[in-house]
Amino acid sequence: MKKLGIVVALIVLIGAVWGFLRTKPDDTKIEKLVLTGSSTVAPLAAEIGKRFESLHNNVRVDVQTGGSSRGVSDARAGLADIGMASRALKDDEKDLLSFTVALDGISIILNKANPVEVLNKQQIIDIYAGKIISWKEVGGNDAPITVVNKAEGRSTLELFLHYFGLKNTDIKPQVVIGDNQQGIKTVVGNPDAIGYVSVGTAEYEAGQGAAIKLLPLEGIAASVENVRSRSFPLSRPLNLVTRAEPVGIAKDFIEFASSTQVNDLIEAQYFVPIPR
Amino acid sequence: MSLSRADRQLVTLLRGCALLAAAIVLLILLFLVKESWPVLRHVALTRFVSDASWHPMDGLYKLTPMLSATLYSTLGAVLLATPLGIASALFSRYYAPSLLAGCYRRLIELLAGIPSVVYGFWGLITLVPLIGRLHPPGVSLLTGILVLTLMILPTVALTVDAALAAVPIAYLRGAAALGLSRWGLISGVALPAARSGIIAGIMLAAGRAIGETMAVLMVAGNVVQQPLGLFDSVRTLTSNIALEMAYATGDHRAALFVSGLALMSTLLVVVGTAELLSREPQHD
Repeated sequence: MKKLGIVVALIVLIGAVWGFLRTKPDDTKIEKLVLTGSSTVAPLAAEIGKRFESLHNNVRVDVQTGGSSRGVSDARAGLADIGMASRALKDDEKDLLSFTVALDGISIILNKANPVEVLNKQQIIDIYAGKIISWKEVGGNDAPITVVNKAEGRSTLELFLHYFGLKNTDIKPQVVIGDNQQGIKTVVGNPDAIGYVSVGTAEYEAGQGAAIKLLPLEGIAASVENVRSRSFPLSRPLNLVTRAEPVGIAKDFIEFASSTQVNDLIEAQYFVPIPR
Repeated sequence: MSLSRADRQLVTLLRGCALLAAAIVLLILLFLVKESWPVLRHVALTRFVSDASWHPMDGLYKLTPMLSATLYSTLGAVLLATPLGIASALFSRYYAPSLLAGCYRRLIELLAGIPSVVYGFWGLITLVPLIGRLHPPGVSLLTGILVLTLMILPTVALTVDAALAAVPIAYLRGAAALGLSRWGLISGVALPAARSGIIAGIMLAAGRAIGETMAVLMVAGNVVQQPLGLFDSVRTLTSNIALEMAYATGDHRAALFVSGLALMSTLLVVVGTAELLSREPQHD
């Protein structure tokens, strides 16, 4: 019983000292950098922010989500130091400055055993809307199509819907998945499945021998290379947005996020680093 | 009877622990209500039942298909795992030679310790293609039930085994002295005597099945629809939270906490039922 008391006392003491040490740096002045906007860019910005903080120990990076439009309007109104947008600036937003930190592209994937080599835009729309239900109708086997869709809220879903002009309520899926890995596993396990995942993941997994193939779109092969050169149609830039020419830590942050020092973070999120 | 000083200290400590445990449950409930409040404030509760579908980004919040998916998958798994688990416990307790019974019990314990992701992964790689051959696409309520059955089977087997072990030896000796057959002893004495323990075990397993997320997420297909057959793709309440929480904001996020509330209420009903069932006959 006595021993237990000592142990408890020790733990409390260590906790108190640790807490004290942690509050200590408050003496120096902390600069705060606020980023708001796209939930696609936010996880990446948060990772970059962590690394940025470790290099500048008097800076706190605060990342909040709320969609690309919020990112743009917050940057314009000065509510955020930097806005995040997973799209190019629109014509009426040209008063702002944008800095592309990475590119995001998605690829339609089929099982390797599926004889279908190419699908046009309308065929993909009809498959996802449940109007084409057999591979036979698009030149494949006489087998029902398994439509694999992404869960609501995912940025890949948003980009996919936007490109094909679909609404999520129109889609008639047989399987709904969460992350890219689950999508690849589902298509690998089902020869009649069609799905879509980020190009980075799909190319990597196909290179590792996963039984999937990446379908070209509008005659352009789905590859990281083509996303990087911005010729692949199903892709978009991930931008940081500011109201005026950035100064101080905002400038440092944007320069850091645009440097090769964050390429590994970009790839870890299955995005494509831009050529520097 | 007056308690010694040490005893009184212990009682205080235990009361504190019990209070803490109860407080945590209440806090979780409060937290769920608080987080779902933003959507509950301007969306009537009935809309979670009457909306056309679950498309929270478009303001449609129907939860009932997921509630039935959760209930069906749990019910199916419990129906399959209960007879198997009881049979397994009877085998290791009354029929197997003691050495084999010991090994067998270790093996079941091992099975209980396998993380659910592993079951899910196995289901996705092996079970889904197998069922897909029977009825594509293979991800379905049935696959979910089978994986859940496998997961809760050790829970049933071990708790039933423990309940049988707790049957007073005098009962069994008395039954043997009356000349009952082995089966007569099991069905007439051991099982009725272990009744409340068995029911508690089944309910524990049901609780685990309701709360299971990853394994079901990987094999059940996750399409939000009212399941009409075993081969339909379904999404459970837990899968719903796991699938969408990472990227949900605003009302969408709050609606996911409403899923959590629905799940918690379901669990309360199950635990309440278990309490009633195992309490009913008191004849000692």
